[in-house]
Amino acid sequence: MQSIERAAAVLRLLAGGAGRLSLAEISRSLDLAKGTTHGILQTLRKVGFVEQDRASGHYQLGAAMLRLGTGYLDVNELRSRSINWADPLAARSGEAVRIGTVLEGQVLVVHHVFRPDDTFQTLDVGSLLPMHATALGKALLAYGATPPARLDRFTSRTLISHRELATALRAVREAGWSTDIEEYTPGEASIAAPIRAYGGLVVGAIGISGHVERICDSHYQPRPPLVVNVRDAARAVSRDLGAARR
Amino acid sequence: MTERYVVAIDQGTTSTRCIVFDRRGQLVSLAQQEHKQYYPKPGWVEHDAAEIWRNVERLGPEALRRAGATIDQVAAVGIANQRETTVLWDRATGTPIGHAVVWQDTRTDTMVGQLDEAPGADGVRHRSALPLATYFSGPRIRWLLDHHPGVRERAERGEVLFGTMETWLIWNLTGGLHVTDVTNASRTLLLDVHTLDWSPESLAFFGIPRAMLPEIRPSVGDFGTATAAFPGVAIGAALGDQQAALFGQTCFAPGEAKCTYGTGSFLLLNTGSELVRSTHGLLSTVAYQIQGEAAAYALEGSIAITGSLVQWFRDQLELIASAPEIETLARTVTDNGGCYIVPAFSGLYAPYWRSEARGVIVGLTSYITKGHLARAVLEASAWQTREVVDAMNADSGLALSTLRVDGGMTADNLLMQVIADVLDVPVVRPLAAETVSLGAAYGAGLAVGYWPDLEGLRRNWHRAAQWLPTMESAKREIEYANWQRAVSRTFDWIQS
Repeated sequence: MQSIERAAAVLRLLAGGAGRLSLAEISRSLDLAKGTTHGILQTLRKVGFVEQDRASGHYQLGAAMLRLGTGYLDVNELRSRSINWADPLAARSGEAVRIGTVLEGQVLVVHHVFRPDDTFQTLDVGSLLPMHATALGKALLAYGATPPARLDRFTSRTLISHRELATALRAVREAGWSTDIEEYTPGEASIAAPIRAYGGLVVGAIGISGHVERICDSHYQPRPPLVVNVRDAARAVSRDLGAARR
Repeated sequence: MTERYVVAIDQGTTSTRCIVFDRRGQLVSLAQQEHKQYYPKPGWVEHDAAEIWRNVERLGPEALRRAGATIDQVAAVGIANQRETTVLWDRATGTPIGHAVVWQDTRTDTMVGQLDEAPGADGVRHRSALPLATYFSGPRIRWLLDHHPGVRERAERGEVLFGTMETWLIWNLTGGLHVTDVTNASRTLLLDVHTLDWSPESLAFFGIPRAMLPEIRPSVGDFGTATAAFPGVAIGAALGDQQAALFGQTCFAPGEAKCTYGTGSFLLLNTGSELVRSTHGLLSTVAYQIQGEAAAYALEGSIAITGSLVQWFRDQLELIASAPEIETLARTVTDNGGCYIVPAFSGLYAPYWRSEARGVIVGLTSYITKGHLARAVLEASAWQTREVVDAMNADSGLALSTLRVDGGMTADNLLMQVIADVLDVPVVRPLAAETVSLGAAYGAGLAVGYWPDLEGLRRNWHRAAQWLPTMESAKREIEYANWQRAVSRTFDWIQS
């Protein structure tokens, strides 16, 4: 993968250099054709690793590069980018919608849309949910988040062995969506799917939750139309965040 | 049966969007493109109308492609537009004459100051139910006629046309229909709000030839059939963006109000078939008119700078990388640290109408961090809302009991909480933050029978989120007093 090697060299050059560098300086320094260098810089700019000064056109390391260790998508940005797709999901499914991301081994709720029946409900943005007992958490765990060391029991159906959880997560990866049926709260079920950004990176999960009789069919399985709604919404948000269509 | 849709064109201040809606009023797909902002001089703001039309031409098919829909599945197109932005163009070639002069532009302030004291100004104010201010289109038309040689003569011959953005877009969509709607016309200072036609006296006052003005039509009705972008589709509605949002929030009954948080923020209260004249600095405006029915009016509290303060914080101060990060930064502190920002960038709108005011940041000490500044930015939007709500309560004699909100900034939970706190009423977001587009879609859908009636539209409205006030009243009063002292520091800055 020569292009990755070259991209790494560009980043090292920008990190080591004093101030901003022009395209000519970068291509000269690395002995690369200008066209090749330009292509690499544009891709790095797209993912936020490189920034281009508006006035001079010179390049420097991007803010995303400096924040590599701390998670790259601001949670408020994630909410802002997904709000237009969470509303239709609530309207079509008739259920409450939540978007979650990982915070210190738990699911942080970053967006919440009420169940559209105009009953009194309370916003729970900022609250934390267990990873292993919720559909949102399982969608995040299935694609790279680290499970907590201890799996607490919330109901008789909560997965409390790491082996069981690993099996469930494999199934999530195969299906592309996750579910919890009375694993966190008796009488409640949820369905979720991962939100991806560029390169397929999972940055959050979007899901619906509600009474188990509404979420599940007579076989105690999530209703297929609801699964389609959730996956469509996840894909729409992902596309807005720059993930390739899949 | 094939699914049918309604498409809205939301031609806004910073971007243009095409949105496809389904029968539930839910968003199916969206295509968006920002356009260039030109700031040739301090206080001047311009757009390239040709660029905006090119964007619409591209975004329409793109939105349909993303929805997986074909043109024959589109029942109607509706338009919502940034209001008061003024375009002149050549009737024969369709080429704009210079850039469009945007609603935030204050180049007409000296002229408006003079006109305000000229004989006949009272009549203009009475017929339009508006104050003479740089905000409205009429003075901009006059300015363009004065500053482009030969244009006045050509306008008198009907060779140069005026339009706000919806007129410009309909002209291009239909290949030459020159029409506007009552809501946009009510923002020119040239309309007689009772006859809903151009006032010959007001036209004479500004020296604007009748021949250059579009025909005024009801907001929901017939704006021709598109030949470009959506060939063959009926254009069923056109509304100013804020009136569209009122429609999208289904505020069809007198007493119902909404506030839209975008570049600026606009609180509109439906006053029914009666025009209410404000004594507290609000505007009287046409809310909408459905073809064959009487017009509905509204009281409006206009705030020039809210979202654009966040953009300024991002683009000019470069303290955040994206607008939503203002919330992240503001949450790094628990209060404003005594700092207040009053964004009187182009003067203050409602309820003050002080065009000579300019922005201030007050309460700076070495304690203040960028987190405090971020919080002050968000609080500025909340306190400005409080001021127009107070004015509205005073004018209507009723106390607002909940605030329906919409617009991009409703994604900012901290801002929504602060608004609930400073108003001391619940703040409610409907299950469609894009109410500007939704209102245009609702209008267009009604016009062609896609939706049967207003009651049907009401049933689509659901509560998606609610913020309840938590601030102690003593704290609220102290903060409000501080805010008002900060506002008073902006007055009389520009000396003419």
